[in-house]
Amino acid sequence: MSTSTTPFVVSLGAATRDAFGIALRDLGHSEPRIVVVDGDVANSTRTEWFGQVFPDRFFNVGIAESNMVGVAAGLAASGKIPVVSSFAAFLLCNAYDQLRMSVAFPHLNVKVVGTHAGISIGEDGPSQMAIEDFALACSLPGFTVIVPADEAHAHAAVRAMIAHEGPVYLRLGRPKAPRVHEAGSTLEIGKAYQLRDGSDLTIVACGLMTAAALEAHDALAAKGIHARVLDFPTIRPLDVEALVRASRDTGHILVAEEHLAHGGLGSVVAMAVGSHHPCKLGYVNLGNRFAESGTPEALMETYGLTAPHVVEAAVKLVAK
Amino acid sequence: MVTRASAPHASDGGPDLVLLSSTARRLREDIIAMTTRAGSGHPSSSMSAIDILVALYKGGILNLDPSHPSAPDRDRFILSKGHAAPALYAVLAEHGVISHESLDTLRVIGSPLEGHPNMRRLAGVEASTGSLGQGLSIGLGHAFAGHLDGHGYRTYVMCGDGEMQEGQVWEAIMSAAHFNADNLTLIVDHNGAQQSNLLPRVIDYRPLAAKLRAFEWHVEEIDGHDMPAILKAFDSVRAVKGRPQAIVAHTVKGKGVSFVEADWAYHGKPLTASEQVRAFAELRGEPAPH
Ligand SMILES: Cc1ncc(C[n+]2csc(CCOP(=O)(O)OP(=O)(O)O)c2C)c(N)n1
Ligand SMILES: [Mg+2]
Repeated sequence: MSTSTTPFVVSLGAATRDAFGIALRDLGHSEPRIVVVDGDVANSTRTEWFGQVFPDRFFNVGIAESNMVGVAAGLAASGKIPVVSSFAAFLLCNAYDQLRMSVAFPHLNVKVVGTHAGISIGEDGPSQMAIEDFALACSLPGFTVIVPADEAHAHAAVRAMIAHEGPVYLRLGRPKAPRVHEAGSTLEIGKAYQLRDGSDLTIVACGLMTAAALEAHDALAAKGIHARVLDFPTIRPLDVEALVRASRDTGHILVAEEHLAHGGLGSVVAMAVGSHHPCKLGYVNLGNRFAESGTPEALMETYGLTAPHVVEAAVKLVAK
Repeated sequence: MVTRASAPHASDGGPDLVLLSSTARRLREDIIAMTTRAGSGHPSSSMSAIDILVALYKGGILNLDPSHPSAPDRDRFILSKGHAAPALYAVLAEHGVISHESLDTLRVIGSPLEGHPNMRRLAGVEASTGSLGQGLSIGLGHAFAGHLDGHGYRTYVMCGDGEMQEGQVWEAIMSAAHFNADNLTLIVDHNGAQQSNLLPRVIDYRPLAAKLRAFEWHVEEIDGHDMPAILKAFDSVRAVKGRPQAIVAHTVKGKGVSFVEADWAYHGKPLTASEQVRAFAELRGEPAPH
């Protein structure tokens, strides 16, 4: 979906984890080096679909995330393309030293896929919600960090991740995601995707917040505020050029993400804009707190991650 | 680069035990010299492991062509106790994978002989270690890959006995047994000492062999300084089918130099120049200098 002028209508596509499961299984046929390492959650992460077709290339090493990442490192060092997948919270937080020492430091070709990211997983609550995964993944030198906004981009992200040589973190969500990209879209690592154009501010978003930004775009237009909307499926490397253009053209950038305030898209955007073309900045994120149990909708509402929250922050920012 | 791929053989056709033992003695000198020159490092941890490494690389166990150290079907050795890097560097130099002169550059900026092994910078290093507990999982990944590719290579991983306190090691032990990874061998350098104290005074988890057997591993228990026993253990584990194997090697930290053997607090300390002189004399069986 290139820059569009038609109103955004929410239409739910598959969850990004589901799209990942299908794309990975399909790629398994053409890329025999792909192997999966699971930590007893393949039915949640959807790697079980790969495992059903390629049982010999699927290793469930049990509830042991540190070992799981180390095994993936060894497989990569012997020429495989291991996809190591669990809930993002367990994978990144439990196995962080293994990601640092066994994967990032030797720059091994391991694909780290964290599902159930963000608070939109709902009722299972904070223990299962990764809200710091961008900060952790961006602190691993040499890692590429990808977060698809919807089903189409999740498919594209899997292809891009496997084609890319080097360690990748891929963040995926649990709930069905509104469609923001056209089916069959490609995803180029390091590139932002402009979904709407506008001259008063730019909303930079990723994941589920991209759909919220598109809804906000229309509500803002009704108030006479014209927003550019950029989807950032790659947090690292960052599309600095798109940010510089946004800063120059619109003078205000609002960053929306389902992550803690610290260390995520907002942090890397602020650093890039501050270094290259400073402008007024605003943020919509989780702040500095854990969430709680609840329906995904109730959580997004309570913790400030809906389109009206984006509208409110945008109105404040352009008034600055 | 010198090529010395095959094992030295005595007249009866077996490995030359006298030569292997004298090689180990020489490499102890290399370990001491390089850490004393660097002014830091872990000589005592290296000296407890060196007989095993010499048996592995020079006793005809490890299938590793020194001129092709990344050949896909090579045997892998992962030094999980990465602080014993001087022992690995000494044996890689002896095997002709790296030059002997490079040992002088240990821990110097610009040198690939870093304080802990870095697989991206130095040929022959199979894993970047230094954060204890991670090598066995990596070794299991290599074992899986070898199985998938139909390669017959074996993967050997050496852990310290203090390192065995890391939970990840037991995760790997559990999963290797489940997957019947018979192309994987764990060697534990069981020297009874760690960093802050003797192992029994920190966390006394002994007996180790019984625990490994309880996890369905095949276990050989040996004196890790007895060259024939080490070679025999390597031969025995190679014959095991359907199960991963462990060699629990009882060793002495600082082996070969009495005043280092006597004091666990030598952990992470190089010898001073005068201690080096005393140590060399002792290793060579010469009278102590005054
Ligand atoms: C995860 C981790 N924790 C702590 C250390 C610091 N450290 C380095 S060596 C060592 C003791 C290791 O003891 P052992 O495994 O018995 O090896 P030895 O030196 O006795 O051969 C410690 C605690 C480390 N390198 N990695
Ligand atoms: Mg020890």
